Amino acid sequence: MSAAAAALRIALVGNPNCGKTALFNVLTGSRQKVANYPGVTVERKLGHFVSPAGARVEVLDLPGTYSLRSHSPDQAVTRDVMLGRFEHEAAPDVVVCVVNATNLRLNLNLLLELRRLNRPIILALNMMDVAEQRGCRIDVAALAAGLGVPVVPTVAIRRGGTAGLLEQIDRLLPTLARQPGACDWAEPSAGELRGFRREVDRILADSLLTAARPPELTRRIDRVLLHPLAGTLFLLLVLFLVFQAVFTWAATPMDLIDAGMTALQEAVRNTMPDGPLRSLLADGVIAGVGSVLIFLPQILILFLFIQVLEASGYMTRAAFLLDRLMGGVGLHGRAFIPLLSSFACAIPGIMAARTIENRADRLVTIMIAPLMTCSARLPVYTLIIAAFIPARRVAGGLIGLQGLVMFALYATGIVAALAVAFVLKRTTLRGAREPLLMELPPYRWPNPRDVLLGLVERARTFLWRAGTTIFAIMVLLWFLASWPAPPEGATGSAIDHSLAGMIGHALAPLLAPVGFNWQIAIALVPGMAAREVLVAALGTVYAMSETGEALQSTLAGALAADWSLPTALALLAWFVFAPQCVSTLGVVRRETNSWRWPLIMFGYLMALAYAAAFVTFRVASALLGG
Amino acid sequence: MSALPRPATPRLLADLGKGQRARVVALDEAGVATPFAAGEIERRLVEMGVVEGAELEILHEGFPGRDPIAVRVDEHVLALRRNEARAIQIALLA
Repeated sequence: MSAAAAALRIALVGNPNCGKTALFNVLTGSRQKVANYPGVTVERKLGHFVSPAGARVEVLDLPGTYSLRSHSPDQAVTRDVMLGRFEHEAAPDVVVCVVNATNLRLNLNLLLELRRLNRPIILALNMMDVAEQRGCRIDVAALAAGLGVPVVPTVAIRRGGTAGLLEQIDRLLPTLARQPGACDWAEPSAGELRGFRREVDRILADSLLTAARPPELTRRIDRVLLHPLAGTLFLLLVLFLVFQAVFTWAATPMDLIDAGMTALQEAVRNTMPDGPLRSLLADGVIAGVGSVLIFLPQILILFLFIQVLEASGYMTRAAFLLDRLMGGVGLHGRAFIPLLSSFACAIPGIMAARTIENRADRLVTIMIAPLMTCSARLPVYTLIIAAFIPARRVAGGLIGLQGLVMFALYATGIVAALAVAFVLKRTTLRGAREPLLMELPPYRWPNPRDVLLGLVERARTFLWRAGTTIFAIMVLLWFLASWPAPPEGATGSAIDHSLAGMIGHALAPLLAPVGFNWQIAIALVPGMAAREVLVAALGTVYAMSETGEALQSTLAGALAADWSLPTALALLAWFVFAPQCVSTLGVVRRETNSWRWPLIMFGYLMALAYAAAFVTFRVASALLGG
Repeated sequence: MSALPRPATPRLLADLGKGQRARVVALDEAGVATPFAAGEIERRLVEMGVVEGAELEILHEGFPGRDPIAVRVDEHVLALRRNEARAIQIALLA
């Protein structure tokens, strides 16, 4: 058989927590890529390897599921791939059903369902190392005979742990030319599911010689980590550490990226002749790409923690602990991860909402994700706080006033998110809550290789998604802010004469009731691209030539002289809510596959922003005597 | 639901407290509030290993209201809410 031409296609299917992704990683190494299925937002993970016999094998890693009956968009993909329902993609040649050897009674049900597809199946008895440690003994030959499919033990985290699987794939190769039988699969009824289970029990009676000992250590750890008080304190500690890391570890690489981008801009300005192309490159392209890149360190650190917490099994415990509390406002415990991610950036947060099965629950999570204070708001908060809030200590010198204001802004976002979720669940997205039926797997040490590969994959997805959207929008906004050019001998800043300036002047009367002057109105237009752009835009409007930190400090001085305190507070309140991020709206459009939800999001956030700024401005003006 | 009086002879998994063990007698989702079509809770429970004859033990309780619960189902551990646990009829084990 010629290896390159006849690429064999296999798909990995299994329950969550069966070590399927680890197996995928060890089979394909770094030869993997993530793409999207046309029309759905679920990703497909593809990789390839060359078998010992020299056949080129393509591997598809499918989302974990307990059944081919689909509950979430993720699981619908698994079903549709298995049934060959996708256009341009035939069903896989071989199905590798991955099971957790310590948990056969639960895992084997899926195999019995898969058998109805009438396709060649290999059962990978994964995590054999853990099974052996826990005293589990399996008669592999009896299991294979009982199930009627080849069974190979695998250890995904050990080199050579997949040798048996590779041999079995090579052995199957010559038989694949035969046409597979007709697919018998239909959604199993409760009775059929019970039938699967009875058959599993019957087969295991002959092949499971000694069952695995219960994971005692996990029980003992959970006694603390799931304890109402101790567990909650631990969760808060974890969250605190994650936040600390996201903001402190990322500072140095962010400064480096900022300096690098500024140097690159300088280089372009110094080498190219003055003109629109130079401006597009320096102010549009480099500034645009830089505004995405700058968040990469924070996002990587956040993802690192999420990967480790997920791989260790702790994330399910966090969902368990928070289920009732989040349930108070109608949120699912699983909404925790997307909302946590949104503190770095709403885009990966909204993408992470895919793991929520129920559509209404998922939409509520997506809709409130932008209310979590993402790191793009920080430059704006920092600038205004530095300019207007005195660096005084309050509460007997214990708390800095500036830090207190920053905390209040974060807290306002969280409280508002909970309130919006509460309202949405009682109005448009009504319905009983999706049940929580979640396996709590034994704790495990995360495998560094799997964590690293997962990190690379997520970073790549983020850069691609956000990079392409933001890039396009930055170029558009650059155009708005620089065209038409100011007439000869014009006074004031160039942006004043541009389209963005015209829009800003047109918006100014609308924004006057909330205390914003026309300079703010103009800066808000390019600030739609990404919140932190507002700082640079204000710099442009106030005709500052500095960049970076120098801009921040001189601009703070100019603002302190030009704005009243109520105006500054109103702008802070505005930024807690305002949908000043076109990329977020773009991602919501992709994830929900409709314009309806991004439009609703834009509308409700705008309304809240306006109301909050209005109330803040009026109250502050009244209190401060105008 | 927090101050739920415990029936003398508990009939449902939802009535059990931490440390209690039971065997599944039957699944009946008739009295459970659910966004799903009829029969779906039952199928999901069966998929997750909760079938007639399975052994259950409540390992941990969440809060407030001692909800959700972490239940050992034969050899694995399942987290679920007391609401869905009302679909699981049990016989207490000593």
